[in-house]
Amino acid sequence: MSDIAGTKPALRWVVHASVLFLVVLWVVPTLGLLISSFRTADQIATSGWWRSLFPSEQNLTLRSAAPDTQVLENGLYVIEGNLFDEGTKATISKWGVSSRAVDAFSPGDTAELRKGGTITVDATGNYRMENPEEFTGSRGSRVFATAELPPEFTLDNYHKVLLAEDSTDSMGRAFFNTLTVTIPATIIPILVAAFAAYALAWMDFPGRALIIAAVVGLLVVPLQLALIPLLKFHLNIGIGKGYLGVWMAHTGFGLPLAIYLLRNYMAGLPRDLIENARVDGATEFQIFTKLILPLSFPALASFAIFQFLWTWNDLLVAKVFLIDASGQTTVMTNRIVELLGTRGGNWEILATAAFVSIIVPLIVFFAMQKYLVRGLLAGSVK
Amino acid sequence: MHPAFQGLLTIAIGVSGCVGYFYLSNQFLDRVLFPPRGPNAGRNINRANMIRPWLFLFPALAALGLYLAYPVVETLRLSLTDRVPGGGYKWVGLDNYIQMAKEPKFWEAMRNNMFWLIIVPAMSTAFGLLVAQLTDRIRWGNLAKSLIFMPMAISFVGASVIWKLVYDTRPAEQDQIGMLNALYVFFGGTEPQTWLTIPFWNSFLLMVVLIWIQTGFAMVILSAALRGIPEETIEAAILDGANPFQIFFRIKVPQIKTTILVVWTTITITVLKVFDIVFAMTNGQWETQVLANYMYDKLFRANDWGVGSASAMVIMLLVAPILVWNVRNARKEME
Repeated sequence: MSDIAGTKPALRWVVHASVLFLVVLWVVPTLGLLISSFRTADQIATSGWWRSLFPSEQNLTLRSAAPDTQVLENGLYVIEGNLFDEGTKATISKWGVSSRAVDAFSPGDTAELRKGGTITVDATGNYRMENPEEFTGSRGSRVFATAELPPEFTLDNYHKVLLAEDSTDSMGRAFFNTLTVTIPATIIPILVAAFAAYALAWMDFPGRALIIAAVVGLLVVPLQLALIPLLKFHLNIGIGKGYLGVWMAHTGFGLPLAIYLLRNYMAGLPRDLIENARVDGATEFQIFTKLILPLSFPALASFAIFQFLWTWNDLLVAKVFLIDASGQTTVMTNRIVELLGTRGGNWEILATAAFVSIIVPLIVFFAMQKYLVRGLLAGSVK
Repeated sequence: MHPAFQGLLTIAIGVSGCVGYFYLSNQFLDRVLFPPRGPNAGRNINRANMIRPWLFLFPALAALGLYLAYPVVETLRLSLTDRVPGGGYKWVGLDNYIQMAKEPKFWEAMRNNMFWLIIVPAMSTAFGLLVAQLTDRIRWGNLAKSLIFMPMAISFVGASVIWKLVYDTRPAEQDQIGMLNALYVFFGGTEPQTWLTIPFWNSFLLMVVLIWIQTGFAMVILSAALRGIPEETIEAAILDGANPFQIFFRIKVPQIKTTILVVWTTITITVLKVFDIVFAMTNGQWETQVLANYMYDKLFRANDWGVGSASAMVIMLLVAPILVWNVRNARKEME
């Protein structure tokens, strides 16, 4: 069968190319942040992340070993070594010994040192300094080099963000706080909603249609309206700001979607099954726990993913109901916003912090995409 | 007590509380109140079945009422009152709304929200439809869809950081590290721009973030709808000599019109509630204010609950038509 991606080869090629273009467009911003999180602050600040994938030419200031390493060979004082750290595979194209002429020499050339003696540097950074008299001073000679460096990545940022003791950059506590908010806020609404959904799907009682309509209406009520009244309520009954409040708020806000999704799914289960169970003398409670709940697993999973993503990624509810002045109960989204304010230029910290918070939802997303899609399809009000 | 432990305890208490409530209340109904035996067995069964649905519904209805229905009424009340120093409220009628209408920031937020409401749903739906159609018949279509769908899992805050790096600006003499400026300079732009501070256009750059997130959602739903189109209609069109574009616009799009509308309204609601992106990227500076962020400013920075609630009511008012439409559709479907 044919459509736009039809039988004409030229058109087919255009389709492939445009899909590829769109995919690249959609993935590249995230990729940029991911790559940046593996670069040092200097690297991020001096070159675009896309350059880090290729060898880059950089102007470096290096230093030879200190004079106390010199040895006496056949009447010459000699210092030998490599200008780069161990493991760095750089290629020098030009070098110099003075900051005014950083590209005066080519690899293999020999230069006169200002303090006496000569230095020879080859392309890989090996050098040999020779001097008929003893080298003096406490530090080695400076060497300016234009070198091509291979791509270089580091895990230091993650180490700093996740494990650092000093609290300004740390995400460790926020990570656990987010987890603490998310898990109860995902499980409890499922349970409450499942019972209600069963009643709305399989029990007959006056007012049922009205309640379903109300649930559909509440689906779109902006939670912005709930902030002040509920904060007031929480303060009045004494739970104030804290985990209990944020769990309750997420439960309340998640319920309409949960009830809606689960009711639609349960209403689609075969009628015979439930009637037979009733005839066999099962109580409604038994029917629900033994029959409906296991059969509704796909819908339960769909909602669980939604609620998990939504509570994990939430900023507003946490800001209003959880985070107090003590700073002990911050969540990751809030930490990132704070970092954006205080360390707006420190991309290595920002990128890493953002990725720490993004990675868990991404894993959930790719592992359970099937259920997410199913939930989306069932959840959009038709 | 460590919060993680507290969390586990809450799960345990919450789950066992829920299960216990449902189990015990059902037991009470069947064993004590209306046991299905004795002289009134038949009557008792009927009565028990009348009450049972409400036992199942009670926790959900209580939570919905308290956390969603009551706040709507309470916010309306707050928007018509002012807090009196020292506690209590006084009735001020429409003063809060009038005060809000006099603020240029409110109208800036309204204007920006108008653009958001037009552009984000339109672009997300259009891109979603395009991707859904293009990936329909190619072999790596599922992979492509999965990658375009991915931003759905990323928080608005995370997305803000991702795009802030794209929009980053360095002084002209340095290498640009933001992609937008790098491209801009590469294609002959004179000076690197500080994109997020350019009034009017910066709002569009913020919208890009939401479009980037919402396209995946539109794509998933529209892709399913496209697959649901009966093959015969397309075959017939091909036999009649329709070209691919005619098939798409004249045959396919009309058949998924309702789904497009559903996607459109769902994204519209998301747009009205958008807060995190503006809050994290510009915080409403440089004329990027939107209603949800304006409201947050009023409630929690200016501590003005009256005007804050009034602006929340404006959001509610804008959502209301969609709410009514959804409810009517749902009722029609159930009949």
